[in-house]
Amino acid sequence: MVEAMYIYPKKYDVIVVGAGHAGCEAALASAKMGCETLLLTISLDTIAQMSCNPAIGGLAKGHLVREIDALGGAMAKVTDATGIQFRMLNRGKGPAVWAPRAQADKKAYHLKMKHLLEEAAALDLKQALVEDISIENGRVTGVITQTQTKFEGHAVIITTGTFLRGLIHVGLSQYEAGRAGEFPSKKLSDALERIGFELGRLKTGTPPRINKNTVDFSAFTEQPGDVPPPPFSFSTDTIEREQVPCYLGYTNERTHEVIRNNLDRSPLYSGKIVGIGPRYCPSIEDKVVKFPEKKQHQIFLEPEGIETDELYCNGIPSSLPEDVQLQFLRTIRGLEQAEIMRSGYAIEYDFAPPSQIKATMETRKVENLYFAGQINGTSGYEEAAAQGLMAGINAALKLRGDVPLVLDRSQAYIGVLLDDLVTKEIREPYRMFTARAEYRLLLRQDNADLRLMPIGHRLGLVDDAAFERLENKRERIEEELLRLRNNRLAPSETADRLLVERGTGPLKDGATLEQLLRRPELNIEDVYALAGLAVPEKNVAEQVQIEVKYDGYIKRQLAHIEKLKKLEDAAVPNEFDFSRLHGLSTEGREKLMRFRPASVGQAARISGVSPSDISILMIYLRK
Amino acid sequence: MSEGSTICAVSTPPGRSGIGIVRLSGPEAIDAADRFFTATNGRPLHEQSNRRLIHGHVLDEGCVVDEVLASVMRSPHSYTTEDVVEINCHGGIIAVRRTLELALKAGARLAEPGEFTKRAFLGGRIDLAQAEAVADLIGAKTAASLRAATNQLQGRLSERIMALRDRLADCLARIEATIDFPEDEVPPLPGAGVAEVLEEIRDGIDDLISNAQGGRLYRDGITTVIVGKPNVGKSSILNAILSEPRAIVTEEPGTTRDVIVESVDLRGIALRLCDTAGIREPGCEVERLGVERSERALDEADLALFIADSSQPLSAEDVRIIERLAAKPHVIVAANKIDLKQDADMSEIARKLPGKKVVRTSATEGIGIKELGEAIFNEVTNGAEIAPEEIIVSRLRHQKALERARTALRRAGEALANALSHEFVAVDLRDALDALGEIVGAVVTDDLLERIFSEFCIGK
Repeated sequence: MVEAMYIYPKKYDVIVVGAGHAGCEAALASAKMGCETLLLTISLDTIAQMSCNPAIGGLAKGHLVREIDALGGAMAKVTDATGIQFRMLNRGKGPAVWAPRAQADKKAYHLKMKHLLEEAAALDLKQALVEDISIENGRVTGVITQTQTKFEGHAVIITTGTFLRGLIHVGLSQYEAGRAGEFPSKKLSDALERIGFELGRLKTGTPPRINKNTVDFSAFTEQPGDVPPPPFSFSTDTIEREQVPCYLGYTNERTHEVIRNNLDRSPLYSGKIVGIGPRYCPSIEDKVVKFPEKKQHQIFLEPEGIETDELYCNGIPSSLPEDVQLQFLRTIRGLEQAEIMRSGYAIEYDFAPPSQIKATMETRKVENLYFAGQINGTSGYEEAAAQGLMAGINAALKLRGDVPLVLDRSQAYIGVLLDDLVTKEIREPYRMFTARAEYRLLLRQDNADLRLMPIGHRLGLVDDAAFERLENKRERIEEELLRLRNNRLAPSETADRLLVERGTGPLKDGATLEQLLRRPELNIEDVYALAGLAVPEKNVAEQVQIEVKYDGYIKRQLAHIEKLKKLEDAAVPNEFDFSRLHGLSTEGREKLMRFRPASVGQAARISGVSPSDISILMIYLRK
Repeated sequence: MSEGSTICAVSTPPGRSGIGIVRLSGPEAIDAADRFFTATNGRPLHEQSNRRLIHGHVLDEGCVVDEVLASVMRSPHSYTTEDVVEINCHGGIIAVRRTLELALKAGARLAEPGEFTKRAFLGGRIDLAQAEAVADLIGAKTAASLRAATNQLQGRLSERIMALRDRLADCLARIEATIDFPEDEVPPLPGAGVAEVLEEIRDGIDDLISNAQGGRLYRDGITTVIVGKPNVGKSSILNAILSEPRAIVTEEPGTTRDVIVESVDLRGIALRLCDTAGIREPGCEVERLGVERSERALDEADLALFIADSSQPLSAEDVRIIERLAAKPHVIVAANKIDLKQDADMSEIARKLPGKKVVRTSATEGIGIKELGEAIFNEVTNGAEIAPEEIIVSRLRHQKALERARTALRRAGEALANALSHEFVAVDLRDALDALGEIVGAVVTDDLLERIFSEFCIGK
């Protein structure tokens, strides 16, 4: 236990420990919702640091950022203000799986976020290393720092990222650190265990960074961003910043040979690393060993910012020794002369398996103590930010005495994320994928505002002007849908000529504009042109087109939600005694007791809980 | 729930069989049995070894009721996962009944129908499909339906479904990989494209569905309604098929007023025959009711057997019946009374009921009755004979789930053909996976991601 020498005179409502992507959103949300908030960070110079790749978004992650924005979070706006390349991925596919992605300027992002925190009302930002959590009668009362200062608060949100007992591996050497060159947080792990939390160990890795001036770009393919750059935030109209390209190259057989020859010096393959790494982001060592048939692997060179020449080598995370990293890197065409500025490394860190939190992010064990971000076993800036936002919102709601905000799986990727955390076994760092969302066609990046902004507004996180714009958009969509339904196009020579030109059949007895828009060959511009009407504004036209064209699929997903609603609505009482249930499978009983599902729907999603277990649970609940 | 109690029942079908088994299950099963069973080796049941046959006697206040073999199956290694004692009585029905009474006296209560199976299910001993198979086993009407239930119990259905799900999940994993990892290099499906693989899976499901149709035949039998104007020999045909006189046969038209149901084993399928009052203008109230019932029986039947009198010209009533039958998919015509002088124009029937099999019979002489049975069998099995041991799907629930999977795959095929983006195809593939999962009790989970990461080198 750390004894406090000095009790800070100001009392806080909410104290956030850690100023990464989770911590920043948590602190901003809580302060904006009227709570006196304190944000503590080990270093003010690494606020909102991107420890890994300098990018925000991508599939499912981009969806999360749009949702964070719709709820009033900061990530999208800061990205728009500082991003140096924007793309919409999957444009060749349907609208549900389009996803925005941006290259970030790391330093600019950090400074912009730091400034937002400094400016925010009711928010204090301080540099301090938290070593203990104080608890009275099962309820959190504050935190104690390395310098024995106690800060008192009614709620505490822990967002420690990879810092809990962080251990860095480069080759067979290892050292304790939160990130390369930064302090780890050791005593806080001890404190969490002393309180009674179970901790596990995970691993992640990062590739080497090289100097742009030592690269021969003629061997790489340039990858420019979209023109014009598509912004993340619903409130950004245009991206003003200078835009830069990325570069795509490939490893080769010689690269793989160097790696294979040095596996005995890899901490991964020599058993030094015990934590489990993410399979969707394997090290280059793993790629070479597990997919020996692949003759080459992609390597993306991504700029870390405008005012730096550091390049991030995406695709080749490695914890091989520095000499091996340099040796394999220089086998890559265009990198023969490359100079490494920072070596790649693997980091192991503690996490608290999230069966210990509720869907509100509050811990089961200690009242008003919240965990958000990597501490819950997730990976990714976006996943962290989403959790931070929800923890900040729920801490504030609880202190106000309001009902908590738990989004469901049919409402948002954020709902999928939190529901997964409280029902799934974390076996590797958890990352969001669109495949995890059963209602993918409804949870689109283009309609995140329609889905969530009213909630953000109600919470006080979205301002009136933005909300008014949204409601206006909603009305306009309705208007245009009605127009399409009510307007008929009579057959005419000019109409038929255009229809045939587009590869679709001529009109027989006329058709409503809605019927015409359903034809796969026609887009909304064609239909409005045929009717001699002006095409509506872009954001309205986009929604109208999606609603009409994919109506059948959308209706099916809605019907599915309705069908499962019964299971989701069947609440399991808070203190329900699963040990009393006769006939459960051993694994099912153990999982139910550990995860303590709040509904039958949640119970059914817990891996290891069988359909028979669910039948039994339902029989008991009905009694 | 009452799992705390100990239950008992006679677990062999009632009848004159020589051996009857009294089964006890529950926490008190062994103690209760010890109160009326004495082993020849002198040790009480709770000291006897597990799953061995123990010779001994059932005693009622010192008097021997029967010489028996008892076995003890201790929890959780028993059918119900509870302590179970089974007593094999040899002394016929009276001994079985008295042993059961002794078990009741010893503190067990009489089991409700299906309660042993319910406990096995609740105990996690069997899954839903197996529990249903047990119910079918118990209710099996013919030896063939018994075999189908046994096949299902042994998991042959689950095996087939799992294999189909596996291929489907592979397909979906590939599609999901191209959606979630657009910047990675996901190879296309090797060899055949997605559409072709889906077609193959659909064929596999089609096989199971036709199997299911056969399975339902074995499980539920064929309901055949016999129609024809009065006095053409409907009851005589019925009796000839049953080979024993049961329905009333008279020369007075309109005496068979009720629908009579008789069951006969037709090559392993239970053929349920309904004799009707005939479909005609009713003369009185009693007849009107009979006719209504006949109409309903006709609607519900799998097959209609139309009896015509070939010794008389077709009447207006015959024509009315024929018109009524035109909409029924399965109709067989029996041209009866071929032993008499022939006067009917059978070609008119063939014209009015095209493609329907006509069998010439004489119920009184027993001519054509066997052929009639053959015709019925071929009509409902489409001529494709399904050997009972090949039947693995016999539940309507399973058939419906298979049909849903097929519909979903058809939609997926259409979406692919219309060049819709893959996330739409994925919706249908998930539906198909869910439907198949319902049969075996599995759900689509992280399984997909598992496949993606093990098969493709993902990770920018």
